[in-house]
Order: sequence, then C-alpha cells, then structure tokens
Amino acid sequence: MHKHMQQPNSLSCSELMLRETASQTAGPYVHIGLALHVAGLPARDEEIWNRMAGPEAEGEPIEVVGTVIDGNGDLVRDALLEAWQADSQGRYRTEFDLEQPFNGFGRTATTAEGGSEWSLTTIKPGAVTRGDGKVMAPHINLAIFARGINIQLQTRLYFEDEAEANVACPVLNAIESPTRRQTLIAKREAVDGKVRYRLDIRLQGEGETVFFDF
Amino acid sequence: MHDDNKRYVERDRNWHPPAYAPGYKTSVARSPRQALVSLHQSSVSELTGPDFRQLRMGPYDNDLLMNFRDAATPGLPVGERIILFGRVVDQFGKPVPHTLVEMWQANAGGRYRHKKDAYLAPLDPNFGGVGRCLTDEDGWYRFRTIKPGPYPWLNGINTWRPAHIHVSVMGPAISTRLITQMYFEGDPLIPICPIVKTINDPEAVETMIGRLDMSRSKPMDCLAYRFDLVVRGELQTYFENQ
Ligand SMILES: [Fe+3]
Repeated sequence: MHKHMQQPNSLSCSELMLRETASQTAGPYVHIGLALHVAGLPARDEEIWNRMAGPEAEGEPIEVVGTVIDGNGDLVRDALLEAWQADSQGRYRTEFDLEQPFNGFGRTATTAEGGSEWSLTTIKPGAVTRGDGKVMAPHINLAIFARGINIQLQTRLYFEDEAEANVACPVLNAIESPTRRQTLIAKREAVDGKVRYRLDIRLQGEGETVFFDF
Repeated sequence: MHDDNKRYVERDRNWHPPAYAPGYKTSVARSPRQALVSLHQSSVSELTGPDFRQLRMGPYDNDLLMNFRDAATPGLPVGERIILFGRVVDQFGKPVPHTLVEMWQANAGGRYRHKKDAYLAPLDPNFGGVGRCLTDEDGWYRFRTIKPGPYPWLNGINTWRPAHIHVSVMGPAISTRLITQMYFEGDPLIPICPIVKTINDPEAVETMIGRLDMSRSKPMDCLAYRFDLVVRGELQTYFENQ
C-alpha cells in the first residue's frame, strides 16, 4: 500500500502549460502593417494612430515627442511605438473607439523624413493607484518595435513637472540608479502656447533608457 | 473597474530571442546593454490594454486578394492562393476572443509595397500586402492572401529570408502584446535564416511554423495554412500580504 502512496510532485504544473509563441523582429517594413500611410499605402477608413485625444477630451491637452537613438548615437528611422495611458482621472479606459474624445491607446512612428521624431497628441494622464494602494506618478506606457529589436522594448514616460509624484512613484523607485530614473522623465517645452513634452529614447550606451520586464 | 488580483505567467526571456543576437547584425547597435528592470508587483498599467471591438473594419480588411483592388487595377494578385487561419489562445488553452490580429507580407516575388524596398522583383499592381481582423467568439482568425516569396537582404554576403508573414496580436493586455513571423512548414531557408536563428531553442522556432491543413483547403482554389498564436496565460491571484 505505502509503496503506491503518491509521491510529492517533482514536476511543476507549469510544465503542462502551452509555451508562448516566440517573438520575432517587426522588421524594416513594420509600417506596411501598422502605419500604412508612413509606408506610402492608402489608409483604411479607421486606423489606429497618434491622435489619442480630440478637443472634447477631458484633461490637459499635451503633445509628446521624441526620437529613438541607437548605440552609435544615430537616429532610428524605422521604429513603431505604441502608447497606453490612463485618462486625466488616472483610469484606464479599455474601449477603443475613434468616435470618443479620448483613447488610451495610440501608435506613432519614426521615419526617414525630417528629424525622425515620433509624436502623440493626447491629454496628460492622471496618477494611477496600484493594487497595493501605492500611487504611481502620471505616466505613459511605451513599447518600441523596430528592425533589429527582437522583442519589443517596454518603457514608461514620466513628466518633469510632476517632481513630487515622481519621487514617490514605486515604479520609478524600483530603478536602483537615480541617474537611470532620469532617462524616463520627459522635459517640458513651451511651444507657441502648446504644452509639449520631449523624451528621447536611447536604446544602448550612454544614457540608455530604462526598459522594463513585466 | 479593473480587477488588480490578476497577473500573467512570467514571460520566459530565454525562450524569446535575446536583444543582442550578433548573427542578426542590426540587433548589435539596437540592443540595450543594461538589464531589464523587473516590475515585481503587477499594476493596472500593464494588466490592461485596448479592446478594439469598436474599430470599424472594411469588408476586405482580411482579404488580401481583394483589398488592393480598384478601378485601375481590377485583377487578382499573382501567386499561390492561400488561406491563413488559426486560433489565438492563452497558455492555458483558453481562447482569446475579439482580439486584434494584424499581418503584413511581401508579394509572390518577395517584394514589399514599401517605399524603402528596392528589391528587383516587381511590385504586383493588385497586391498591397496588409490585413487585419478581430478573432471571433472562440478565438479564431482568418485571412485570404497569396504565399509570399523569399527575398534577399543585407546581413551576410548572401542572406535570404524564408517566405514569411509578419503577424501581430494584441491579446487582453499590453502584457500579452506580441509580434512574430509565421514561416511555412518545410521551407529549407528556415534553419539558415539569421533572424530565425536569433532564437536559441528549436522548440521555440516550432511555435512560428504554419502547417499545411488540407481539410481547410478549397479544391481548385487555394491551400490552407494553420497558425495558432499562444499569448501569455492569465492567473488569478490574491494578494494576501498587502
Ligand atoms: Fe519581412
């Protein structure tokens, strides 16, 4: 009898799980699939793009811009970025509908033209309370896809003029190096009455942006 | 409101390709040197994501045989007609309904309709090369297209991409976001491709292979390839020590 007693499991149940489909680079032509007009293709009736907030949106209208820079200090001119942010009250609104004044999700790209800047037209997000009750400073979640990037790089954009909230943010504080925390702080620029924030994303080397695993 | 008592199965970073994979030369200057910062406590920022059910799609958005047609170019694209279909499920086999699947590809000659692609194979006047659809109630998606051709690219002296379709899936949250490439079963270019070889585990490469499925093919019309997408599994947890 005892011989047949069940032994403690030596295999974890996770062995029974399916494995995630493996990632591959989005490649040099990612814009064909996810940013049609950038590739020179006609746009469809509804596209997911960088006007996340219209004039009716609740909150402070802002523009967010930046570049993506590689390990040689050169501009990355073929990236696609995705943004995900809370509304001005700090709530995530999952329903995406181009007829509503604000969408928490947007896409933007860097291209071979001009200064190779990406940009988002949105509203400043509110602070977001985490499950443990800790308050995260206002932020925009960003994912970067490009040729040479084998799986998307995930980062966050914080705002320079939220210094007090930033100091208390549990996610910024999870970054051990105070110097590196600065790589996520967008600088405020006043441009003809508009509020604009700038964040340059450095993929590698000096001033390398913090990327997250979650 | 959102339920914070949730998290996703950890992403196995050794299963996916590493950022720095020198055989794929462009990754050398585009890979971070610092370690990723792990977020040990999941938050609503990563546990949520957009729901695209209200995104209005065109009738031919998932039909690449038809969606680049206009009065000036009323014909069909050149190439092997195929159906690309599959199911989006999570790691526990649970279907992911109503999620956005997007895809893009080269034409039958291996040329992309992109202003930067200067490969000598011609553009096809009847082929754009982009599609999208939402999965149904049970997680199924389906496209009609042509099989793309392999193409040469600048990496080594003579490097070629196997025939592939770029596939992008959102899943329930930004944590499940995934972009991959589907390769065609049996293609001899797969094992020698520097981009495929960014992946270390041969079993992980198997997750990117579309399989010929004769039962879904249409006699005298088109072949069918099945490509299931597996996104991270969702765990319900309770934070007891808060
Ligand atoms: Fe490609």
